[in-house]
Amino acid sequence: MVEFALPKNSRIMTGKTWPKPAGATNVRKFQIYRWNPDDGKNPQVDTYFLDMDKCGPMVLDALIKIKNEVDPTLTFRRSCREGICGSCAMNIDGINTLACIYGLDEIKGDVKIYPLPHMPVVKDLIPDLTHFYAQHASIMPWLETKTNRPAKEWRQSIEDRKKLDGLYECVMCASCSTSCPSYWWNGDKYLGPAALLHAYRWIIDSRDEATGERLDELEDPFKLYRCHTIMNCAKTCPKGLNPAKAIAEIKKMLVERHV
Amino acid sequence: MADVKRIERPLSPHLQIYRPQMTSVSSIFVRITGIALIPIAAVVVWWLLAAATSESAFAFIDGLLRSFLGDVFLFLSAWAVFYHMLGRLRHVIWDFGYCLDIETAVKLGKGMFVGATVLSIATALIV
Repeated sequence: MVEFALPKNSRIMTGKTWPKPAGATNVRKFQIYRWNPDDGKNPQVDTYFLDMDKCGPMVLDALIKIKNEVDPTLTFRRSCREGICGSCAMNIDGINTLACIYGLDEIKGDVKIYPLPHMPVVKDLIPDLTHFYAQHASIMPWLETKTNRPAKEWRQSIEDRKKLDGLYECVMCASCSTSCPSYWWNGDKYLGPAALLHAYRWIIDSRDEATGERLDELEDPFKLYRCHTIMNCAKTCPKGLNPAKAIAEIKKMLVERHV
Repeated sequence: MADVKRIERPLSPHLQIYRPQMTSVSSIFVRITGIALIPIAAVVVWWLLAAATSESAFAFIDGLLRSFLGDVFLFLSAWAVFYHMLGRLRHVIWDFGYCLDIETAVKLGKGMFVGATVLSIATALIV
């Protein structure tokens, strides 16, 4: 359902302004979304200041510095700090990306950080991804085979392997799905770009033997066809992948098997 | 995560904070112009019906459309027709699997705004 305004309990209030670092000349302002499940208050945006002469180059460096030196209650997910785990996906400067590989120098003015859009918030910058993961699981993200298992391994030609490039690199950070207006309005039934990119990754895998079943499963007005090629997904993907293209290929395959 | 749903969790902000993208803006305008074309089509039907009804009925709607505001309305209507047409054309190209990279899609989006404006101005000058 299209709902432009935020629900009452989600409206954002002005938060606390934390003190500026003493003696710093190169200060930058950070505005960060906060929500604490324990205090019964609405979400708020806190303002922090950091001395950029003593801060690492990435947004994640700044977040860690705030947590270490200013406000230890600031909560966010992070792990690999090199764009491979997908944990630190958040909305930075109005687009979804990974905090660890997004440079502070890419942002003009104040740094505004929110959790991934249109998701239930667990705390601060941590969205609840339960439903997102369930949708990924629903597309059978594994090799489905019917013929007897080969003695050594399922083999694939170099050309067939190449078809997986631009698909297998997805780290499931949810940046794309949560950038998609269609997913905002119909995320309960629409699978969203991430799950569909994974669906296509298995559909075109030459070793997979459930292509028909996979396509049957997707032939649905909501699961697949809520994609209107808005392309925010491809625009925002921190790994430079193109879920919109993958979805278009699935749509093409569905048409082709009827003609 | 079993007890997650018991707390009423806020919804993170979406439209309020997401920076408008050429991809999303050009897309929503296809929807907006498409919806706008419904009342626009009704006006055209009204105009034709009036022409078939009586001279006075036709004079009324024709006078409205020939006024300054009528001109503005017709110009915007022409823009909506052209924009929507170009937008659907872009969808046809996409449906065949072409031009789905971001760079080309963004160019096509800009092209739709420029194209619809140029075509509307040309229409206004010719008519």
